[in-house]
Amino acid sequence: MSEKKTKRRDFLFTATTAVGAVGAAAVVWPMIDQMNPDASVKALASTEVDVSSLTPGNTLTVLWRGKPVFIRRRTQEEIDEARKVKMEDLIHPEKDEDRAKNPEWLVMLGVCTHLGCVPLNDKGDYNGWFCPCHGSHYDTSGRIRKGPAPWNMEVPKYEFVDANTIKIG
Amino acid sequence: MPLLTLANHLTDYPTPKNLNYWWTFGGILTFCLITQIVTGLTLAMHYIAHADMAFESVEHIMRDVNYGWLIRYIHANGASMFFLAVYIHIFRSLFYGSYKAPREIIWIIGIIIYLLMMAAAFMGYVLPWGQMSFWGATVITNLFSAIPLVGEGIVTWLWGGYSVDNPTLTRFFTLHYLIPFLILGLVVLHIWALHVPGNNNPIGIDIKKPSKDTVPFHPYIVIKDGFALLMFMIVFAFFVFYAPNILGHADNYIEANPMVTPAHIVPEWYLLPFYAILRSVPDKLLGVVAMLSAILILAVLPWLDTSKIRSAVFRPLYKQFYWILVADVLILGYVGAMPAEGLYLLIARVATAYYFLHFLVILPVLGFKEKTLPVPLSITEPVLGGSPNLAAARNKESKIE
Repeated sequence: MSEKKTKRRDFLFTATTAVGAVGAAAVVWPMIDQMNPDASVKALASTEVDVSSLTPGNTLTVLWRGKPVFIRRRTQEEIDEARKVKMEDLIHPEKDEDRAKNPEWLVMLGVCTHLGCVPLNDKGDYNGWFCPCHGSHYDTSGRIRKGPAPWNMEVPKYEFVDANTIKIG
Repeated sequence: MPLLTLANHLTDYPTPKNLNYWWTFGGILTFCLITQIVTGLTLAMHYIAHADMAFESVEHIMRDVNYGWLIRYIHANGASMFFLAVYIHIFRSLFYGSYKAPREIIWIIGIIIYLLMMAAAFMGYVLPWGQMSFWGATVITNLFSAIPLVGEGIVTWLWGGYSVDNPTLTRFFTLHYLIPFLILGLVVLHIWALHVPGNNNPIGIDIKKPSKDTVPFHPYIVIKDGFALLMFMIVFAFFVFYAPNILGHADNYIEANPMVTPAHIVPEWYLLPFYAILRSVPDKLLGVVAMLSAILILAVLPWLDTSKIRSAVFRPLYKQFYWILVADVLILGYVGAMPAEGLYLLIARVATAYYFLHFLVILPVLGFKEKTLPVPLSITEPVLGGSPNLAAARNKESKIE
């Protein structure tokens, strides 16, 4: 008899706690989620860039989602250099063919994967980019070769809308 | 109860009668906190927390607002003065063993205050929205991206966007406004906790209170603290009136530009030793872990130091290691301001290794190995004809002052 009473209490106790926990979570979550990117920030998710003026060997930097994006029209030399690198020499192995679908155009976030600084063009030991903050060297494919950054510079989603326009995002 | 404690602290609270000037920094720090709160509230009346207007509103404070330049310079240099005082206060504790039983709680509350101070100082530095503000915020918030799996999500959440931008600025302003009041609450707890065991003292022994070893806080300590505060305010005023920008960075007078990173990013001087530790580790995650450990290791210090003697006055070996640690932290601060390459990087690595060696190996071992000097039974004993040993110890102590 006493055993049965205990079980009823246990049930009520657990059920109350569970409902209370769900209620608390339902109140806390909006307070946390309000800090995530809002609708107006998300609305700026894509941008179109006219690249007709870009000549080989030059880089255009545009702002996308508050971050710089490097659009590099690479020379044949740079492409060759990027493509002949062996995978085992890379810190974060990625084929140049996968990073630049059209070999002449390299589009990537100009953000160092270490702590988010903007690397400098045509600098560093690998003829690509060099981050002045903590000394990360990137190659002509934007891949990390030396320094504290853990990954290659990120390639965002992009497409050629027509021959002269790139849509990022 | 805490209010009564505070009132008591300023009146007849029994205080060891041998407290030296290193003990005056508690009062100085209270002054710093109040100064920051008062000047901060005033600045908030003129500042605009918006990415498009923040930089201009700070210039508006500097040029248009009556005495705005003075209030802002007091606030900006006040942060540096606050850290200067807190570092002296912390190193005082390290020298005289104030963190040891029965004062662990006071020490840990102090470490939490120190962490909150760093958070407040960092977010405050972001508010003028200059180049250093922007890129400092970018680098520091990116530290969280080192956390596996959820790191990137946390960074986006902190930013409220895909980069440091207006949402980041407004939330930093809110938190920068909030934290000083949290610190104020913790300061009350810090003083309250101090009143249970009472002050430590330069010879680090337990004393009876009240007794012939103590004096009432008022007027003895009030006058001493007051004099030290005046001296401190002279230094403070020197920076405010003669070198208001010497501790800042010229790049922060250039408005934030997300397209260009300044050639050389350095944090404010008071964060440099930890920045050097971060950069000395070649791995991103481990670098962040090392930097955080360097701060958090202080919280467990009462248990890492195995010596039963508190004051370094009676610990001849610890005293030497103490000064090596001071030098080590200064070296870390210096290389933190230099580019992370070549010889600087090597020095940073050695100094980082030594920092951890001090806390994790030297301190625990020293407690067992060290032959300590005889400790007097009371503060009055050496005055009333103590042993020659004690006279020697007192001499050394006065040199440190």
